[in-house]
Amino acid sequence: MDHNLLIDVRGLLKVYGEAESEVRALDGLDAGVARGEFVAIMGPSGSGKSTLMNILGCLDRPTGGAYILDGRDVSGLSKNELAEVRNQKIGFVFQSFNLLPRLTALRNVTLPLLYNSAEELTDAEAEARARAALESVGLGQRLQHRPNQLSGGQQQRVAIARALVNRPPLLLADEPTGNLDSRASVEIMDLIHALHRQGVTIVMVTHEPDIAAHAERVICVKDGRVLATSAAGESPCLERALQGVELA
Amino acid sequence: MKSSRIFATAWEGLTLNKVRSFLTTLGVIIGVASVIIMLAISAGTEAAIASQINALGANLIIVSPMRGVPGASRTLLLEDAFALEVAVAGVDGVSAEQAPAAQTVKAAGVTLDAIDVIGTTADFPDVRDYAVGEGRYFTADENDRNAKVAVLGAGLALDLFGAESPIGQTVSIGSVKATVVGVMAAKGMVADVDYDGRIYLPINIVLDRLMPSTSLGGDRVRTIYVKAENQDRIDSVITQITAILAERHDVDPAKPDFSVQTQQDIIATQEATTAAFRDLLAWVAGVSLIVGGIGIMNIMLVSVTERTREIGLRQALGARPADVLLQFLIEAVILSLVGGLVGVALGVGGAYLLGEFGTMQTEIVPASIPLAFGAAAVVGIFFGYYPATRAAALDPIDALRRD
Repeated sequence: MDHNLLIDVRGLLKVYGEAESEVRALDGLDAGVARGEFVAIMGPSGSGKSTLMNILGCLDRPTGGAYILDGRDVSGLSKNELAEVRNQKIGFVFQSFNLLPRLTALRNVTLPLLYNSAEELTDAEAEARARAALESVGLGQRLQHRPNQLSGGQQQRVAIARALVNRPPLLLADEPTGNLDSRASVEIMDLIHALHRQGVTIVMVTHEPDIAAHAERVICVKDGRVLATSAAGESPCLERALQGVELA
Repeated sequence: MKSSRIFATAWEGLTLNKVRSFLTTLGVIIGVASVIIMLAISAGTEAAIASQINALGANLIIVSPMRGVPGASRTLLLEDAFALEVAVAGVDGVSAEQAPAAQTVKAAGVTLDAIDVIGTTADFPDVRDYAVGEGRYFTADENDRNAKVAVLGAGLALDLFGAESPIGQTVSIGSVKATVVGVMAAKGMVADVDYDGRIYLPINIVLDRLMPSTSLGGDRVRTIYVKAENQDRIDSVITQITAILAERHDVDPAKPDFSVQTQQDIIATQEATTAAFRDLLAWVAGVSLIVGGIGIMNIMLVSVTERTREIGLRQALGARPADVLLQFLIEAVILSLVGGLVGVALGVGGAYLLGEFGTMQTEIVPASIPLAFGAAAVVGIFFGYYPATRAAALDPIDALRRD
């Protein structure tokens, strides 16, 4: 087991359906993400990239293979254990923000702390922690705002604060700039870079090459396998993946 | 998740949609309030009946002819009453009563039709706890002498003589002219009988002059009231009465041609009737609670569907199935408990107002409050459980993808 790897995935298999209607969304995928790394995952639709994200996010369990997250094999955990792993190890950032519309920014950020059974935080401690997380993303002045009172970029920053409030080692971002204009996208990518510099491991799914270019490394997925891995920039993997998108 | 936080989260979920939450609780509010009000009404009815029966007089034993007994050739006679007065120990008084058909009563130029006449013995005021207001009641001696004396009910005295004192005046009751010797104190309506509107005569006069045809078979009376000295003597007095009358009537004491009842017997019979009524009301109220519960289940199912994305998000952030289950279950329980509380307040208030300003007598049954409230809680848990399990069973991936 390589302890430098935060994510170590071997022979990952995910099969939907049975017998003739069987679909192999993941077909023996191998990949690794080092601690502190910033990795983008690209791939055409139907490549298995969403399935991979769901399994990496512990929202789904693989049919076969191993998934070692932070030194622990999580591929066979129960629902309750997976919930705890999601709470402690993973911060989610979604394309559509997924903030609860009727709650203030502060209450939205407090949500993961409600389910944190590892640290028995008091209500005051939880609120202080959520406040600090919002301040760290530059929203110290927007604590009591509802999502509809915030811009898209601000909403995504609230979501990032929420993802970080339990101090997970891994940030999983699924098209984090997909619903944002270019200026807000730059803001969010700057914030993600800042988090990366602070040592957070970042795995980001995107289909936009210029967003993927922010990552240190790009993993391209096709037909349930890793097609190629390359450093960001003018990588052949990126080109091929792009062609795949266009062909699909 | 800590239990206090589960409550806070559930409460938050409810306050976000206040109107809907209120409408959802309405079913439970109505159910709980109606349980309390209906039980208060039936308890009030029972209490009213009991107080009316007690108003007949204290420690009263009521002897009446048994109707429809084969071979009962003789009925209750005036002589039976005298025999009881002489022979039964532990008795304060015996009063026989007989009522002829309603009579026309005339006095001082006033004529009143259809006045109820009651023939009694001299013990009547004592036995029936019915005080004389002015003048006096007639005596046993006057009754024996067939003296033509009368005592008026308070209302009748007013109708006949107005402000003038009726004492010493003459009234004619049908064919009998009698001198008024007293007026009873006001008593009002008891068990649908207007005591104040009647005229009281010695029973001998009534039997001789107003009911001559019945005297052929002896002096029949409709009721003999026996007043026991105290509560403890009642059983012994009943035993004696039964033995004496059975011997006089020559019947088997086990199959008498008369009935001996206490007020408690009558109250118990009445209660059996009202108990059936009360049970019916309780069932109706219970059904409305269940309907309220179904309302809660319905809204919780809608809520789970609407908030699928929220549930998916909470799961992604680390909520275990049990956390989601409890959140929704507690929302349902809070709905029904709040409904229960408001229902108790409305029920108690409504029962009070009905009793105070309505035509019904109500008496709030203390046990009905925890009963109704507990039933509301049970309804919340029972009907909240299914929607909550649906929420907990959601797959986070599907839930997050849902619009």
